[in-house]
Amino acid sequence: MSFDYDQYIRGGKLPHIWCPGCTYGIVFKSLLRAVDSLKIPKDDIALVSGIGCASRLPGYVDWNTLHTTHGRALPFATGLKMAKPDKKVLVVSGDGDATAIGGNHFIHACRRNIDITVIVLNNFIYGMTGGQHSPTTPSGHIATTMPYGNVDPNFNIPDLAKGAGASWVGRGTAYHVPALDKLIIEAMNHKGLSVLEIINACPTTHGRRNKFKNPTDMLLWMKDNSLPITAFDKLPPEKTAGKFPTGVLFKKEAPEYCETYYGLVEKLKKPKEGRA
Amino acid sequence: MGTLKLLQGNEACAEGALYAGCTFFAGYPITPSTEVAEFMARRLPQIGGAFLQMEDEIAAMAAVIGGSLAGAKTLTATSGPGFSLKQENLGFGMLCEVPCVVIDVMRGGPSTGVPTGPSQSDIMQCKWGTHGDHPVICLTPGYVQEIFSETVRAFNLAEKYRTPVIVAFDEIIGHMREKIEIPDKGVIPIENRKRPTVPPAEYMPFDETKGDVPPMADFFSGYRQHITGLNHASDGFPVNASPRIHTDELRLLRKIEANKKDIIRNEEYLLDDAEVAVFAYGVSGRSGKNAVEQARAAGIKAGLFRPLTMWPFPEEQVAALASRVRAIIVPELSLGQIILEVERCTKGRCKVEGIYRVDGDPINPTQILDKIKEVK
Ligand SMILES: Cc1ncc(C[n+]2csc(CCOP(=O)(O)OP(=O)(O)O)c2C)c(N)n1
Ligand code: SF4
Repeated sequence: MSFDYDQYIRGGKLPHIWCPGCTYGIVFKSLLRAVDSLKIPKDDIALVSGIGCASRLPGYVDWNTLHTTHGRALPFATGLKMAKPDKKVLVVSGDGDATAIGGNHFIHACRRNIDITVIVLNNFIYGMTGGQHSPTTPSGHIATTMPYGNVDPNFNIPDLAKGAGASWVGRGTAYHVPALDKLIIEAMNHKGLSVLEIINACPTTHGRRNKFKNPTDMLLWMKDNSLPITAFDKLPPEKTAGKFPTGVLFKKEAPEYCETYYGLVEKLKKPKEGRA
Repeated sequence: MGTLKLLQGNEACAEGALYAGCTFFAGYPITPSTEVAEFMARRLPQIGGAFLQMEDEIAAMAAVIGGSLAGAKTLTATSGPGFSLKQENLGFGMLCEVPCVVIDVMRGGPSTGVPTGPSQSDIMQCKWGTHGDHPVICLTPGYVQEIFSETVRAFNLAEKYRTPVIVAFDEIIGHMREKIEIPDKGVIPIENRKRPTVPPAEYMPFDETKGDVPPMADFFSGYRQHITGLNHASDGFPVNASPRIHTDELRLLRKIEANKKDIIRNEEYLLDDAEVAVFAYGVSGRSGKNAVEQARAAGIKAGLFRPLTMWPFPEEQVAALASRVRAIIVPELSLGQIILEVERCTKGRCKVEGIYRVDGDPINPTQILDKIKEVK
């Protein structure tokens, strides 16, 4: 039986704003399937976003949803989570939203290891504002603010998340959909901050200017240039040059922020020993 | 009888927040506001509340809005540069009608300015700091006891009118210690936001048919909702249709303007027969009071108008005052911000004279007294 997306989609809020060929719709459906399989009641989950094409996703899904300011989704989400630590909080962000304007919030959320899942939809460009370069735009690519080819060095989002202290880090693509469903489930099951980068295609403002004739070419690029981490790790560097690993890239056990904080609260509540 | 305590203004502010039922603080340290955060860091975990020291003021403002959407009464405190950083998200709180309290312990500026000196130069930033058109509630206490009671009132107004409320005072009262009375629980009535009574399927977060202040549901309470900083319709979803945006922005303005009687509070001291009035708030209000008393002792009919609510501005009160006195003197720790409002309301009916100071020292009573004598 095919999956019933309607149970999660807000009646009357479609059509969505995304362009034909944009892969955000693929990720959207994957997210709904993943959360459905986790059996999280609709009232117990909040989806928070900043500003950008990626950040429009919450408007379409029938959970508690919050569309905030550019780059600031994580601190808004941190407020929700700290006030209601037993609820699920998800953040969806663009590459610019998460790592440029929101870069400081991103690394500090990772450091705190608060139990939030951050999904970064990396389309290598600023989509909503029309194709300016982002911290992930590949070297040499044309962007409206890099008309002679991008000269800015990049962030590698999983490395950034790991370095900042996130306890679960993964990467998927909009091409490898069944694997993506599993990655979202695993990220959300993890206790602590989980960061999932999802490689996406923006044919309108990125592909069109960078020799991808059509959206399919962009999906094929994802297929040809990604490797599951298990295979990636076994190959010599010359075989992996220019390719990126996918799957669960890193995970560790670390104290979760709400548990640590409210653990302290519990301790303070107990009367001190030896006193009347 | 409540409890008597010797407290700093900043500590009294935190006590006021707790009295009002605040269970959530997020902030970033900055002089001269830091003691508010330090007090909350000690006390909130003891009562099961949440304290967060965020990575910056932008994050702190975001977190208090998040916490409030989840149903908590939330507070942040900052000064000067930090207050500037909060402005974008403060605007979000205004458009999305999220109750919360923002403390600005004013210091000199622009830029890093005078971190350890008092100032009253954020008062226009309190009103116009974020972008767009919007009303704002801003309270300006002048004594440590008042910082306590006005912080309680700020939470009450935030909950009642579903909006962020700013409490702005200067470094001197923030750091001054005075004896204050903290009333027993229940003595000052506490307001809580109106929550919806309709079935969840019928709930709309900005349902203007429920009045100018629509009921507000907590996230995760069964009332699923969408909140966005884009202009939105009753159901919370974005609109870019002109009539709706216009009427909604007018509603936001009206919910404050139509309730000015409830929101505006000020002290009128010896004004009945006054020929010269001093319009001053915060620490300058204290000097103003002393100057007025000295003037009276010297046989000059002077009086004090001390606003505790700066925004919305006490327009009618100042206009009425202007038709009774010969002159209004406005001492302020800025190069003249609030004097513009006073002039606007007096419409030329009386003389308006400013006393300005921005060097990190207060305006002393003698300076004001000299001016009173000058305009007499
Ligand atoms: C403070 C602020 N600065 C700039 C903008 C303009 N802006 C809107 S979306 C965006 C970039 C979005 O890019 P990204 O986060 O990568 O998401 P995408 O649209 O590509 O999904 C920018 C710069 C804004 N809304 N707010
Ligand atoms: S601009 Fe790019 S990212 Fe935005 S909707 Fe269009 S294709 Fe997608």
